[in-house]
Amino acid sequence: MPSSERIARCFAACKEAGRPALIAYLTAGDPEPGRTAEIALALERGGADILELGVPFSDPIADGPVIQRASDRALKAGASVERVLDAAREIRARSEMPMILFSYLNPLLRYGFEKLCADAREAGIDGCLFTDLSVEEAADTVETMRQAGLDTVFLAAPTSTERRLKLVADYSTGFVYVVSRTGVTGEQAQVAGGVDGLVSSLRKLTSLPLAVGFGISKREHVEAVGSYADGVVIGSAVMRVVEQHGAAADLEQHVEQFFKELAGRA
Amino acid sequence: MTETPQTPDARGHFGPYGGRYVPETLMAPLEEIEHAFYEARQDAEFQAELKDLLKNFAGRPTPLYEAKRLSAELGGARIFIKREDLLHTGAHKINNCLGQILLARRMGKKRIIAETGAGQHGVATATVCALFGLECVVYMGEEDMRRQRLNVFRMRLLGARVESVTTGSRTLKDAVSEAMRDWVTNISTTHYLLGSALGAHPYPMMVREFHRCTGDEARQQMLERTGALPNTVIACVGGGSNAIGIFTAFVPDERVKLVGVEAGGRGLALGEHAARFAGGAPGVLQGAFSYLLQDGDGQVSLTHSVSAGLDYALVGPEHAWLHDQGRAEYVNATDAEALAAARTLARTEGIIPALESSHAVAEALKRAPQAKGEVLLVNLSGRGDKDTDIYRENFPELDNPDAK
Ligand SMILES: Cc1ncc(COP(=O)(O)O)c(C=O)c1O
Repeated sequence: MPSSERIARCFAACKEAGRPALIAYLTAGDPEPGRTAEIALALERGGADILELGVPFSDPIADGPVIQRASDRALKAGASVERVLDAAREIRARSEMPMILFSYLNPLLRYGFEKLCADAREAGIDGCLFTDLSVEEAADTVETMRQAGLDTVFLAAPTSTERRLKLVADYSTGFVYVVSRTGVTGEQAQVAGGVDGLVSSLRKLTSLPLAVGFGISKREHVEAVGSYADGVVIGSAVMRVVEQHGAAADLEQHVEQFFKELAGRA
Repeated sequence: MTETPQTPDARGHFGPYGGRYVPETLMAPLEEIEHAFYEARQDAEFQAELKDLLKNFAGRPTPLYEAKRLSAELGGARIFIKREDLLHTGAHKINNCLGQILLARRMGKKRIIAETGAGQHGVATATVCALFGLECVVYMGEEDMRRQRLNVFRMRLLGARVESVTTGSRTLKDAVSEAMRDWVTNISTTHYLLGSALGAHPYPMMVREFHRCTGDEARQQMLERTGALPNTVIACVGGGSNAIGIFTAFVPDERVKLVGVEAGGRGLALGEHAARFAGGAPGVLQGAFSYLLQDGDGQVSLTHSVSAGLDYALVGPEHAWLHDQGRAEYVNATDAEALAAARTLARTEGIIPALESSHAVAEALKRAPQAKGEVLLVNLSGRGDKDTDIYRENFPELDNPDAK
């Protein structure tokens, strides 16, 4: 099946408009699975161009405390791969926003990887990014994802050697996710230095859009990173708002308002 | 160190198991460790220094002891015990720590981090850091810190900082996650001294190579003492380092049965044990693909064992491969069986084993009566000093022997 092209078209449209694509990460199922679609749509109203829908996992080794807690809450509230796909379906019925399934590998292996890819595409997912899937282990999974028409997004890191950056670029479609710093997810006072250098190294290796994430939580970060990257990912900062207002009836308004500020629309 | 037939492929796969399932940020550092390891094993100076430390600091070779009174009481097989418990710091863990600390120094790392369950690996890591004057941070689940208080104190006495981990089940798995998070954050200065045959390549292979001295020695000692190889080699399996350490030399000896003993805990309901082969299915955790205890949604299950060192949801990937090939057999011993075995060994032989090692002893107790004429070799991976509190809790009658 061919790719939905939603991701490619979105980056092209943002480029046309002279601004970076804003990519919002959301742990599905926090505060409860039934609210995920509404929160996602609030993010879109706030200015998110692309949604990364996170599958919660019991042992999120790449995540800092905020997303760890979000995953714990989601799992306690009964989140599962099935329910993440239900949320995707609900979002897709009401929005054309590109969606990426963002996950650790094990829950998807358990679900059955081929079935996962088929069901994800059917639910309206456009691409996948697996935190703990290195390109070295990815040959079969990438093949399965491509056959299902899913874009395959991989991570590039500050530690990646030239050889590895090339591999990452070769395995990726849709865009490349550039990790801004060595470390786990989480908000930072400042965006790590040197990430612009990593972005320009990758430019020489690929014509794919490059999105920078990890540690971006403020409008000024978005502006700074947006000046050289094609996309900016905001994750922990979103999940902190969900954490703070999770019990409130107007959680969605808080999320929308917060994202508007990030998007410079407030 | 020589090649063994089950050496993983170039990407660290033992059949379908093992590999490198980590975020991209950790890939280049893993390549760096692999490179340093291959270089070091060609380097005569590195090998000589390691050999000297194993001998003069750790106390290798360890004795092979024939447990005659125990064998006589069971009335079947002759039981030999490989005394890794006599090593400095009280368990086999020091073998791997000495190897990795030399490697860390070679890579110019100034800071060492480790995870620990029972605290034995933490103590061994703190020990080698003291020996080389390197900063040491050990991650330990809050629950394990409670269970193994004495080892927490020992680590601190040795100059290490012990970081209490309060996420998840507050045991070994969570300590590994925290150590990985620290590593990914401090990669330029820090070496992650992983304590078992677990994690992403090259760790399972490298840890095996640093522990294979156990089996190399034991095989030689058995030949010298009995003129033959043992019929069966038995070891407990947490992550799998002491077991792979003693198995490796015997893997090519097809007639020698290899038996790994996992923690049967309180019974075989999910969450009550750490018997990955009996109750798990292949999956990915913390860098490797292997048998994993997980629920129907692929979330990692909680585990239980009276012994903190066996209380982990994933088994080392080489064991998964030995299992699937039928080269090794994996069984389990319950908490109660391990406790009873410890008491039997203490009473008959004057050896108080670590709770982990007691699981291997329990399997020997089950097999010996039916194995007349055979020789069983048991790897006694550690001594029981660290477990005295738990033995006391479980044998309250010994605190008050005269009460009726
Ligand atoms: C004495 C002893 N034996 C065995 C183990 C289990 O680890 P492994 O399976 O890696 O040998 C431990 C772990 O802490 C230990 O302390």
